Amino acid sequence: MNLKKKAFELRKDVVEMIYRAKTGHIGGDLSVMEILVDLYYKQMNVSPENFKNPDRDRFVMSKGHSVEALYSVLADRGFFPKEKLETFAQFGSEFIGHPTNKVNGIEMNTGSLGHGLAVGVGMALAAKMDKRPSRVYVVMGDGELAEGSVWEAAMAGSHYKLDNLTAFVDRNHLQISGTTEQVMNQKSQEQRWAAFGWNVISVPGNDLDAIDGAVEIAKRVKDKPTVIVAHTTKGFGVSFIENQVGWHHHVPNDEEYAAALKELDERGAQCE
Amino acid sequence: MNKIANKTIINNVLLEESANDKDIVVLCSDSRGSAGLGPFAKERPDQFVEVGIAEQNLVSIAAGLAVSGKKAFAVSPASFLSTRSMEQAKVDVAYSHTNVKLIGISGGVSYGELGMTHQSANDIATMASIPGMRAYLPSDRFQTEKLMRALLKDTDPAYVRIGRNAVEDVYEEGNVPFEMNKATMIQDGADITIIAAGEMVQGAKAAGEALKEKGISARVLDMYCIKPIDEEAIIKAAKETKMILTVEEHTKFGGLGSMVAQVTAANCPTKVVSLTLPDTPAISGKSPAIFKYYGLDGEGIVKKVCELLG
Repeated sequence: MNLKKKAFELRKDVVEMIYRAKTGHIGGDLSVMEILVDLYYKQMNVSPENFKNPDRDRFVMSKGHSVEALYSVLADRGFFPKEKLETFAQFGSEFIGHPTNKVNGIEMNTGSLGHGLAVGVGMALAAKMDKRPSRVYVVMGDGELAEGSVWEAAMAGSHYKLDNLTAFVDRNHLQISGTTEQVMNQKSQEQRWAAFGWNVISVPGNDLDAIDGAVEIAKRVKDKPTVIVAHTTKGFGVSFIENQVGWHHHVPNDEEYAAALKELDERGAQCE
Repeated sequence: MNKIANKTIINNVLLEESANDKDIVVLCSDSRGSAGLGPFAKERPDQFVEVGIAEQNLVSIAAGLAVSGKKAFAVSPASFLSTRSMEQAKVDVAYSHTNVKLIGISGGVSYGELGMTHQSANDIATMASIPGMRAYLPSDRFQTEKLMRALLKDTDPAYVRIGRNAVEDVYEEGNVPFEMNKATMIQDGADITIIAAGEMVQGAKAAGEALKEKGISARVLDMYCIKPIDEEAIIKAAKETKMILTVEEHTKFGGLGSMVAQVTAANCPTKVVSLTLPDTPAISGKSPAIFKYYGLDGEGIVKKVCELLG
């Protein structure tokens, strides 16, 4: 399977979902996609068939507002029929604007930032206690790292030597009010994680091979958790959305929708 | 005078049950000593998780363990657990519906001399207001044991508040009526119903006995189950007695009194008067002295009942 192309195809599902529902967080959905594709198609031992198996790998989308990206991946992996995505954000739908475990394939409800890493610590501890092979993956946003609870969890992750825990930071440098540096400076992100005792890997975050390589390294590291700081482009794949702070949760109009799909098709075709 | 604190009973039950149940996990936030969980931590190091002084982390990690099949008991002072980590209780425990039991120790004004930072006069309001979260305030060591064993059998989220020190027994060993989510009637009566929870039950019981000697027939209910509250017992009390007096180690906002009044207002309008802590930081002192000061002890309850019944 051409996973690089897959990432662009899934981005089309995201744009479609948000355009139809007239709501969603498009910028972060587009930046995080290669991380999800690598985990769900290559790295994680999780599938609709083994989702109740205690030995499965665990995933927590701590930056819950990127749920549209997660839904599109889960649908494509067969956790639920793709038609379900048409109910996104509709009255009474379980496919709401942040992850909930009412949706098959989702482990934990998220949405309020700064919770996922600590939940992941608990999952990784449980796997250690039961001597299970499960690995735990948590994806955070960079703006999210201003939450103090992230650093409580970072302390616990290294204290308990959770080498079965891998965190991602979707380091797209933008959050709702501006650049992360304008809102709350975090230029020293890699050093911060290192100071908390984590194995730190910095990669170009929309490069599938680089992400995959980092995850492979993380699997071999012993006695400490790994954070993969994925330097992504917010809105990746659609040039007029890329690096535009206003597209955090802007909804495309008819022309933008058509232009976005066209560009994603072209970008996907270039991967062949 | 009983010397065994409710927290000791919780330690004992968890220690006993965890011998054959490796899924029981206890978490503390540098609170194992104050929680009386030293023995558990020592005997079951593989089932004990220390998170340091980090209550948000405590609750989220407990949820992560629970969603992986563990029966998690997160134990921390009620003051911090019910407010500092309220969002984690809301999102990671109640909303995600994880099998986490939040045990708030040294609740109410147990830390009477330490100021409002260490008191939880609003924990019922915060925790019970969370959709899907239950709230329990057991009255004595015997009821605490019954409650813990019942909670070990279910998988739903719950908050339990206990006090710091040993309290007088309300029940007798071997004779502890207990039905999950049903109030326990300690004494029947027709003139007034006194509904209390937690450490207030011993005062309510004493008041019920003292009132009997004055010729006043008071029904005394131990409403350890604040949520889900026993509506049936409240409606029955409203119908069969002249009025209701609630007694709680909590402010009057969103606590036992509020909940009882809501039930009576909808089903059988009755006069409901509440004895509570004030809407200010509580006066400093040992908790029995604080109870006395605010009229929350047996004597204060008797005085209030006499005043109400004229």
